[in-house]
Amino acid sequence: MSAEVAIRHRQGTFLLDVTFTAGRGVTALFGPSGAGKSSIVHVLAGLTRPDQGRVVLENRTVLDTEKGIFVPPEKRHAGLVFQDARLFPHMNVETNLLFGWRRRGKRADLAEVARVIRILGLESLLNRAPKHLSGGEKSRVALGRALLATPDILLLDEPLANLDQARRAEILPWLERLRDIARVPIFYVSHSLDEVAQLADQVVLLDNGKITGFGSVFEVLAGQGAEKPLGAVLDATIGDDEGGLTALFFDGGKILVAEAGKKGKKVRIQIGADEILIARQAPQAISANNILPVVISDIRMEGSRAEITMRCGGARLVARVTAASVRRLELAEGLEVFAVIKSVIVESPDVRSGP
Amino acid sequence: MPFLTPDESEALLLSLKISSVAVAVSLPFAAATALILSRSFRGRTLLDGIVHLPLVLPPVAMGFILLTIFGTRGGVGAFLKDQFGIVLVFRWTGAVLASIIFTFPFQVRAIRLALEARDQGLDEAARTLGAGFLDRLINVSLPLAIPGLVAGAITAFAASLGEFGAIITFVSNIPGETRTLPLAIYTALQTPGGAAEAARLSALSIAIAFIFLLAAQTIMRRATRINEG
Repeated sequence: MSAEVAIRHRQGTFLLDVTFTAGRGVTALFGPSGAGKSSIVHVLAGLTRPDQGRVVLENRTVLDTEKGIFVPPEKRHAGLVFQDARLFPHMNVETNLLFGWRRRGKRADLAEVARVIRILGLESLLNRAPKHLSGGEKSRVALGRALLATPDILLLDEPLANLDQARRAEILPWLERLRDIARVPIFYVSHSLDEVAQLADQVVLLDNGKITGFGSVFEVLAGQGAEKPLGAVLDATIGDDEGGLTALFFDGGKILVAEAGKKGKKVRIQIGADEILIARQAPQAISANNILPVVISDIRMEGSRAEITMRCGGARLVARVTAASVRRLELAEGLEVFAVIKSVIVESPDVRSGP
Repeated sequence: MPFLTPDESEALLLSLKISSVAVAVSLPFAAATALILSRSFRGRTLLDGIVHLPLVLPPVAMGFILLTIFGTRGGVGAFLKDQFGIVLVFRWTGAVLASIIFTFPFQVRAIRLALEARDQGLDEAARTLGAGFLDRLINVSLPLAIPGLVAGAITAFAASLGEFGAIITFVSNIPGETRTLPLAIYTALQTPGGAAEAARLSALSIAIAFIFLLAAQTIMRRATRINEG
């Protein structure tokens, strides 16, 4: 259950040069536009033939420029979901969904087909023409179509980029369900931190054709193995109601939020680097609901700014403060301080429609 | 047809027959030629030129060339007659051949435009879903190109109805065999007092051409709507 990727490809003045091995689960390719995210996905799908490269999907070498191996896209078993869905306009939803399934020897049995259709909430759309679908519905059909072709790897090339904020929020839960039922590695191209924080297990940070960070989503976003931290991501379980707030338990303590969902449900929490204040003593009479005792594990100075990485049990938090604060508070590695959390984003909203 | 004399109906039906057969016979060849021309290879410009030559060739000259080649004393004509008993000259089948040559460019052009306009993105999507070249051509490109093909066929059919010079030179003006609508109009004009008949037939020709033009446009419009999906 892995994908080995090594690509060196020049396109005009742009040089893509990446090497990494992704494990099972969702690997986010994350970076600004033009970083080379989509190029990687096109190489993986076989739509681009790189100058040099080697790609091994599920122990099958599909590209090796040195040995002259190039498996064409139609034989590669790489499911690609395009930004613009690309449904066939002359076929209805059902025929679109089954297009790849038929060509791959119908490897998924009918019960599995019915399950994917149900999980993506497409039962009532089967006879529709693509032009009568909303943007979100088109995305769901494109996801189902790729999944039913039983690929060895699923490549999602910014599947939400063409949707507005409301539609995105509507699709994200479907993507989470997809992640949970797909048994193959998923590559998820995105330039949205929220999407990555919510969906990814691993992150490949890209900038200008190079990898600037690689590792688990918790480590990379908190700055571990990356050039700079983006914020903390924590997995938590919803607990009891505590004085009008809901407790979320994570590996390192609990965080109180206004509302989260049903007790026992697993959620992902995102805490931005600018949303944490650092205090030497536990502050009294403060409006913030969450003050966590933490240990500073790393301080990185960048001009007048500093990024502080802190351990809180098994979790990692990151705060961006000024260099002046670091000096004034005499912050140092190993020091026990308090992290005052201003705001928390609770990801993973409930699925709003469907079963 | 109540408002046409038997001779006139005969000319009309003969015209429709010759044009239908010409389009039906040449469509597969036109599709193959279009497919070849939509890929790049050495000599493409030359083949393109040959296919489009009839558009600029004087029809009477073309008819004369056909007569020389396919006449019973011409090389190919004598061979066809001796070996297969096929005679084209002075027969309606010869008129079909002349029509094919002049409508071939229209068909190749329409099909080629339809093929070249095929959506690269949909082609890529079909590839990643396991569809090979022929599979994609048959199930994705051609269905989306069908409106273009039909429009090309209709235009070729309508243009073929008007062919005069090559037909009269190659297969002459024989009632019931090669006297198509344009030839019937010409004959009526040569006959004293035939002006009224010529006018009627001309009106009929124009009406038919117009109907087919409208049909082609309607099909194209509907096609754009479908493909917008």
